[in-house]
Amino acid sequence: MSHGQQASTVKERSHIALNNEFLRKAVKFTTERLRNGKKKATEEHGNWEEWRERGRQIRLHTIAHLDYYLNQFVENARANGVHVHFAADGKEAVELSMKIAASKQTRSVVKSKSMVSEELHINAALEKMGIEAVETDLGEYIIQLAGETPSHIIIPAIHKNRYQIAELLSKEAGETLPADTSILAGFVRRKLREKFLDAEIGMTGCNFAIAETGSMVLFENEGNARMVSTVPKTQITLMGMERIIPTFADLEVMATLLPRSATGQKLTVYMSAISGPKRDADADGPEEMHIIIVDNGRSLQLGDPEFQELLNCIRCGACLNACPVYRHIGGHAYGGTYSGPIGAVLTPALQSNVAEWDDIANASSLCGACYEACPVKIPLHDMLVYLRNRKVEKGYGQTAEKIGMKGFAAIMSNSKRMRSVIKMGQIGQKLVARQGMIKTKIGPLKGWNSVRYLPSLPNQSFRERWGTLEQEVQASNPKMSDEVRQRMEQALEQRKNGGRHHG
Amino acid sequence: MKVSLFITCLSDAIYPRVGEAMVRLLARYGVQVEFPKTQTCCGQPAFNSGYWEEARESARTLLAAFEDSDFVISPSGSCTGMIQHYYPKLFEKDPIMIEKAMQLQEKTYEFTQFLVQVLGVKDVGAVFPHKVTYHPSCHGSRLLGIKEEPLTLMENVKGMELIPLPFAEDCCGFGGTFAVKMSEISAAMVSEKAQHVLESEAEVLVGLDMGCMMNISGNLMYQGKPIRVMHLAELLYEGVKQA
Ligand code: SF4
Repeated sequence: MSHGQQASTVKERSHIALNNEFLRKAVKFTTERLRNGKKKATEEHGNWEEWRERGRQIRLHTIAHLDYYLNQFVENARANGVHVHFAADGKEAVELSMKIAASKQTRSVVKSKSMVSEELHINAALEKMGIEAVETDLGEYIIQLAGETPSHIIIPAIHKNRYQIAELLSKEAGETLPADTSILAGFVRRKLREKFLDAEIGMTGCNFAIAETGSMVLFENEGNARMVSTVPKTQITLMGMERIIPTFADLEVMATLLPRSATGQKLTVYMSAISGPKRDADADGPEEMHIIIVDNGRSLQLGDPEFQELLNCIRCGACLNACPVYRHIGGHAYGGTYSGPIGAVLTPALQSNVAEWDDIANASSLCGACYEACPVKIPLHDMLVYLRNRKVEKGYGQTAEKIGMKGFAAIMSNSKRMRSVIKMGQIGQKLVARQGMIKTKIGPLKGWNSVRYLPSLPNQSFRERWGTLEQEVQASNPKMSDEVRQRMEQALEQRKNGGRHHG
Repeated sequence: MKVSLFITCLSDAIYPRVGEAMVRLLARYGVQVEFPKTQTCCGQPAFNSGYWEEARESARTLLAAFEDSDFVISPSGSCTGMIQHYYPKLFEKDPIMIEKAMQLQEKTYEFTQFLVQVLGVKDVGAVFPHKVTYHPSCHGSRLLGIKEEPLTLMENVKGMELIPLPFAEDCCGFGGTFAVKMSEISAAMVSEKAQHVLESEAEVLVGLDMGCMMNISGNLMYQGKPIRVMHLAELLYEGVKQA
């Protein structure tokens, strides 16, 4: 059980999403709010691009020396009294958690938001053991009540509107609650209080792990993660192995980049750095603390020039909020734990099973909005193409597409052939073209022409037009001014000196 | 100095008027464009679908056709981006071809880049008394950073009212083969984009990439909305003739 294999295709799942008006409205509304918030926050920041580059450099450096920093982190955490475990895959991580839970005769676990725990499907495993697992982040709590999975990295219930949420919570309350956010949140707060006091174990994720001190850092807005990490006697932290940053000074950069990118907040409401179990002088905190460092496909990316940067991700969700595809289909259509552009790349990459997962890599127009939004500049739009390429190179291309592409190459490798194909089109279209448009929905035109018309080909292509056009232009005897000549010569000169760079 | 036109397969077959406008506009500055007929397509449809060998076969025609050009100018930010960002990757294992790919990368310009950055033209002297809105195509504006050039050119067109397009930077849903493969998602995206164009109440939609323009105009035609869709080169050339 690692990422949940999907029987359906992204096409089928997005068909369902596209026909769900509630979902589309809710997702559009919130992503709009988040991306506007981010825009404002980054503009106000003033030096966003420099900080973004700094963030990228920190992540690049850390991941390039991940073994070193992981070691340092583990040594320091152990010296602080933390039990550190390694899990090669999801199964191992679940087993380790179960063992700890069993040794504490646990009946109840409270959880703060953790995407890694979603990736491992740990709630289902706990419940199988008869242990109640309660999500305490408001969004996660809602999703848990609905029996669903999060559809956004930071806003798990983004696909639900207020009324749907009120309905869910009313069922839980046994009375009708109004669709008023503060009343609903008040109900959940009261409900969760009891759960916090009951639970033997608090389970958290980890936003950053600081190598120089062995501390784990949590970012949150609701205060629930503080409760999870202080009230229960035992704390289990699930941490992706790439969450490391070298120092507290680096945390400053991350604390600047992450909340602004995620929600447009200047700072997260609570930022807790926890360096070990409760000491005698501490007022609160767990008596026993475990950190489970999870690989689950992450180390496969190390040393891969095309995908290593995936490990730089700080899970801010900005790429989801910027993505025009995500806006229309929401997160569940991606079919994995992680959705949006990062999910479309991360899911297949973690599974390294390109043959079966290539499908979601196709759900992108490659517009690059994700890359532009990303606080650590991960080139997701390029990675999507690399995934498609790997699928083809490994021989999993679809037969029809393979034939089509062979045809493409045959035509485009030779301009004479291209010319005759255009000619054939000009003649062939006579059957279907009317007033400069082609409206038929047959064959490959079905998808395109369902919401558009196709322009028909003009009688002359550019290459056919060129002969006379060239003569006409020459006849006008154009003269070049000295200024223009100088500028062009200058451009050539610069190029010779290596002056023109393409970013 | 040899200035060559890379027409792109789309404009060659469907929008020759865009190439003509570019050639005639540049001639006004004494730039005589030539057109190597052995060129075909940048290979992007195959590249983006993962078929890199097929993309290389197409790309080789450009590397050969423009081998001795000093400047290569194209009416598409997307196809220019393909050359500038991905040709070196495409030929990374071929020591001879990568050299050529990097030379082509150096000398290829999107049309407004060439006009503004190289020739230093900011005002072509056009008059275009219409309400116009502009869609900045993703590859040109985001990946090549072409943001100021078209705006400078448009701001200097006399009589033209440039209306901001709501959510202008959102993708129109074209994405080449994406529009066919993921037609339903693409349909949702283009419908939203067309809606924003209609909200702007512009008479003309202008852009720098005919793929996107074909996509949006296709939807506008489908809806029976008579909004004129043009490449900026066409608009400028028409405006110059009117002046
Ligand atoms: S890929 Fe970038 S934008 Fe997306 S979640 Fe990760 S850090 Fe944020």
